[in-house]
Amino acid sequence: MTRTPFILRTPSTLIVLAVLAVFTITVTLLSAAYGTGAIPTSMVKTLGMTLCLALAAVAMDLVWGYLGILSLGQMAFFALGGYMIGQWLMYARTEGIVAASLSGNPIPFTPQELRDGVTNQIFGVVGSAELPMVWGFAHSLTLQLILVVAVPGLLALVFGWLAFRSRVNGVYLSILTQAMTLALALWLFQNDSGFRGNNGLSGLQNLPGLDHVGQARLSVWFLWASALALGLFYVIAAWLVSGKFGSVTRAIRDDETRVRFLGYPVEGFKLVVFTLAAMITAIAGALYYPQAGIINPAEMMPIASIYLAVWVAIGGRGRLYGAVIGAFVVSLLSTWFTGGRAPSINLPGYVVNWVDWWQVALGLSFVLVTLYAPKGIAGIFDLIGRKGDRA
Amino acid sequence: MTRLGRVLPLLAALLMPICAQANPALEAVIADNLEGLERPSRLTVEPLVAQIAATGPEGLALLQAWSERQLGLTEDGRAVIIGDDDAATDAVTGQPVPEADPQMLRPNSGVRGVIESALVAGALNDPDPSRRRAALDSLARGGSFEQLTALRAALDDPDPTLAARKARLERLLTIQVGENSEARVTAIEDLAGDVSLDFRAALNPLLVTRRVVATEEPQGNVAREISIDGDDLPREAAIALLVSEGVLEPRLTSAEQRAALAANLSDGRVGGVPVADLSDPDARDRAYEALEDAGTVPPAATEAEVQAALDAHRVYELYAEPDPAVTEAARAAQIRAQVRLGAMQGIDLGLDALSLASIYFLAAIGLAVTFGVMRVINMAHGEFIMMGAYTGYTVQTLIADRTLSLVVALPLAFAVTFGAGVVLYRLVIRHLAHRPLETLLATFGVSIALQQLAKNIFGTQARPLTAPAWLEGSITINDVISISSIRVAIFVLALLFLGLFLFIMKRTRLGLEVRAVTQNPGMAASMGINPDRIAMMTFGLGSGIAGIAGVAIGLFAQVTSEIGQQYIVQSFMTVVVGGVGNIWGTLAGATLIGGLSKVIESFNPGNTLAAQTFMILFIIIFIQFRPRGIIPQKGRAAEA
Amino acid sequence: MSALLEVSGISKSFDGFKAINNLSFSINAVELRAVIGPNGAGKTTFMDIVTGKTRPDEGEVRFGETGKSLLKMNEAQIAREGVGRKFQRPTVFEDQSVADNLTMALKADRSPFSVLGWRPSSVSVARVAELAAEVGLSDAVDRRAGELSHGQKQWLEIGMLLAQEPRLLLVDEPAAGMTLAEREQTTSLLCRLAESRAVVVVEHDMDFVRRLNCKVTVLHQGSVLAEGSLDHVTRNPDVIDVYLGR
Repeated sequence: MTRTPFILRTPSTLIVLAVLAVFTITVTLLSAAYGTGAIPTSMVKTLGMTLCLALAAVAMDLVWGYLGILSLGQMAFFALGGYMIGQWLMYARTEGIVAASLSGNPIPFTPQELRDGVTNQIFGVVGSAELPMVWGFAHSLTLQLILVVAVPGLLALVFGWLAFRSRVNGVYLSILTQAMTLALALWLFQNDSGFRGNNGLSGLQNLPGLDHVGQARLSVWFLWASALALGLFYVIAAWLVSGKFGSVTRAIRDDETRVRFLGYPVEGFKLVVFTLAAMITAIAGALYYPQAGIINPAEMMPIASIYLAVWVAIGGRGRLYGAVIGAFVVSLLSTWFTGGRAPSINLPGYVVNWVDWWQVALGLSFVLVTLYAPKGIAGIFDLIGRKGDRA
Repeated sequence: MTRLGRVLPLLAALLMPICAQANPALEAVIADNLEGLERPSRLTVEPLVAQIAATGPEGLALLQAWSERQLGLTEDGRAVIIGDDDAATDAVTGQPVPEADPQMLRPNSGVRGVIESALVAGALNDPDPSRRRAALDSLARGGSFEQLTALRAALDDPDPTLAARKARLERLLTIQVGENSEARVTAIEDLAGDVSLDFRAALNPLLVTRRVVATEEPQGNVAREISIDGDDLPREAAIALLVSEGVLEPRLTSAEQRAALAANLSDGRVGGVPVADLSDPDARDRAYEALEDAGTVPPAATEAEVQAALDAHRVYELYAEPDPAVTEAARAAQIRAQVRLGAMQGIDLGLDALSLASIYFLAAIGLAVTFGVMRVINMAHGEFIMMGAYTGYTVQTLIADRTLSLVVALPLAFAVTFGAGVVLYRLVIRHLAHRPLETLLATFGVSIALQQLAKNIFGTQARPLTAPAWLEGSITINDVISISSIRVAIFVLALLFLGLFLFIMKRTRLGLEVRAVTQNPGMAASMGINPDRIAMMTFGLGSGIAGIAGVAIGLFAQVTSEIGQQYIVQSFMTVVVGGVGNIWGTLAGATLIGGLSKVIESFNPGNTLAAQTFMILFIIIFIQFRPRGIIPQKGRAAEA
Repeated sequence: MSALLEVSGISKSFDGFKAINNLSFSINAVELRAVIGPNGAGKTTFMDIVTGKTRPDEGEVRFGETGKSLLKMNEAQIAREGVGRKFQRPTVFEDQSVADNLTMALKADRSPFSVLGWRPSSVSVARVAELAAEVGLSDAVDRRAGELSHGQKQWLEIGMLLAQEPRLLLVDEPAAGMTLAEREQTTSLLCRLAESRAVVVVEHDMDFVRRLNCKVTVLHQGSVLAEGSLDHVTRNPDVIDVYLGR
């Protein structure tokens, strides 16, 4: 316990940051906008989105791997972050379009006319003529950016307080988080929830006022933003779990009762980590959906959150780089296999088409990982060096 | 077309085949009464119509044509019927009459009333019950006073059902077209408290109102005065009403104002206001007022004028029915009907809730058993439900007889999912003992693999699992309360499984051992019980019941690879809310969740999404107060 | 000398079974006390109630000079008040090093945010080393607790209790699974600890209790059957009845 700087005590953090930097620079140099063009813009977006998913996985690992709460609702926070930023993106962009079309009239438009025009554009599909209350801040980027962390944070705080206070834990808690996600998704599916029902928010890839920049360059900007966010929060998460705080959370994971008898307010610790993870996940979502371009309530159905857990488990939970590896490997493999580009396997009498069989393979390999490799892919590093620290 | 006109084609179709033969009696009546046919009077026509009707089907056909103004007289004194295709046929012989140029008869409404009631009376007294029924069906859609009179004359009927129907119809018709206010009120009071659709339908037209704008209380049967700016008539709606009634000039919409301003644009100014300022609504008003003063645009209603018009006028609701006694009786009867209707709907809701609860019970019982014994949640439980449903579907493609296929499918589904459960236990769950979260995730892996496998085998489109004919349709108690037979069957199935389960748990060796392992696995093991075998058996049993639930659910829902997913969260909720202590907990949980879903849904019909949202929120709150469910596991072991 | 812990008239039943029946008990600020009793006498439930794990149906538990009621507090609050508990089976955090285990137990502000800001200081490092030495784990400071032997885990847990600096220490069957030499060591440690605080030892083993040489409380069917020196209570006919049967 000497006072070496934290970053030197956790070499894995340095390695992750270095790999991340090399990755980002390589992709930039191969992109269409700033490099050779070997990587098409759509691929740059996919990689940028994968970085966001990796960040969500890091947050999931904080909650599950370090605190022992198998939250099956993390993607609700992810999607909420996306919705919050999506509101501004959609509003501001529609405002620009409506203003342009209204200025064709010799009489300048009133603010009310502009608002009516925007409302009509956005909510025409769900047959609503009034701007819902929840869009009250949509005109302001600053306010919506605050909401990106505030709304999921508050939801996590309230839900967590209720759940932890009544000492719900284990599978009960997992089921409850799943129910929360489902409730939220179902609520958003309604047209009168104010978020355009199952249409969701769309056109998010267009940044208001930046139409002249072009998607090729925007995609690289977002790649950088996502990489920076991942790097920053990775370091914060690693710092968090390296000290006494991390010690206590891991202790809670292993024996909650004993930690109570040591005098630690277990619920408080859970609440801090759960809320923080929700906020990090929301930031990841806020960076993800402008790259995806569209968000709808299906994105937060419980299945998405379970997949997040699957990534963390396959990558290796209880260590942050495991989460990053899991998110990258599984989500990119999924994209590749379900994209129809993976070669089919010709068996006598049957052709194994990966589009059809990838899910089966994923499910079964997940069972195998749980059974035989509980440390996941990251467990390999233990075998190689046995030097890996515990960050 | 008169109301009777709708029934006549039917009668005509019934009568036509017989018309080919000559009818001497009819011929004689026509010959004797040419004058009466041509110029009938209300006084003389009744015996004539009776005479014609008495001659048989041809006579009735003639009467029908007469009332529809399709009857004509030729120069040589023959009566011919001109059909819709303009072809003429002899009314007596039914033979075509080519090149006829008859003089068409135009009976007045009084005469037609007499003819119509004669026709109804004829049909109501027809020896063939199906014709009588047809005539009643037609009358049920509405009738005239003459038809009511004819009905009253024909109340006796050899068929008791038809007699009852006639009596009821007589009351309903009296409500609508009774001879006087007392008769109608009496009829309403006779039926008051009835909740049938036909009675409510008879009341509705009496209570139809329209809104009238007036400066003082209008003539007529006033239902009530509506206060302007109240809940029933917001200010904007009142203004729109005044405008549509023509007592108020329409206000200027902002689009019209802008168009008017744009039309009067000159030198970058409108009415003296610079264009650049016109993004301000106040500036627009000023510009428009300037234009108004200059006379270039028509004046629009100002806010003061609107207010003055609102102050000057009152809004009333007037009944279309002029008789206040009738409307009052109808209103009272409607309130009584609504109260009873509410009660009946409550019962109907209860039945709905019960059947939903049965489904949740069937779906959750397996989950509860495995959770109770092994403390693991099987995420693939929903896929076992799916396997059961697909088993049912497969059996049905092999065995055509639906009843037989169902009889085969139920045990087979149990066997298939029991086997799948045992395999899952041996290959996966056994190796993850005491690691519930890992088990949850591993079984989730199994779940996604099974779902995709089902898609690969059965395709993505929904497969039908059709219930046998005797399970189709529904048990209807009255117009409000009805429940589909399938749901009754599922309820019975759920009861059956409750019974079976209780039997296994309380009366068999297996049940004893299961209970022992649930309460104290270590102690049970030391007494020679093999906990591993017991766990495997319970897991198989739970999975098997899921298979049965799958067949049951498949009978009323489409079988898809996602069928299990639709029920799995509710099943989890059932287990969590009910508590894992025993089967009564599951039952209580299922009842609570099923009942509550239906109740919430009834508050907000058509929005099942909102209902489910509130349901889940309720459960999250419920857990605050009973973290271990309604019926928690007892004892010191549960405290640890 | 005023009582540190004052338990009066508590009862607790599980599904009709009275685990604790109108039990009263008190202990002074500096005292060593052994609580004995056959299985099911309510020893563990008694400790559960004092530490906040179980709520009694009735009765009152007061602690400290001001007589604060413990019944409205949760486990963590009670622990922070200065009640330490050692479980029958050693419960240490096996995934973490001995030093981490001890550091976690060090007396310090327990709230999440101050823990977040907590950094090891020379004082804390020295204190951990001192504690490790006291329980004979100096060589194992950087080892994972899971790698320790059963006895070492027991010692580590005791070390963690010492780090908490409790005013009242509840020890559940410390002698279980210990070698004779370890028992000896434990006895002397407990006696030493009792010089500056209250220590309650719940024990089965009469031999071990005799070594402690302290006041003994005998529990039976959820209430106090006898109290006094060991020789005194072993002469009590009721105690003989309960322990030896008729």
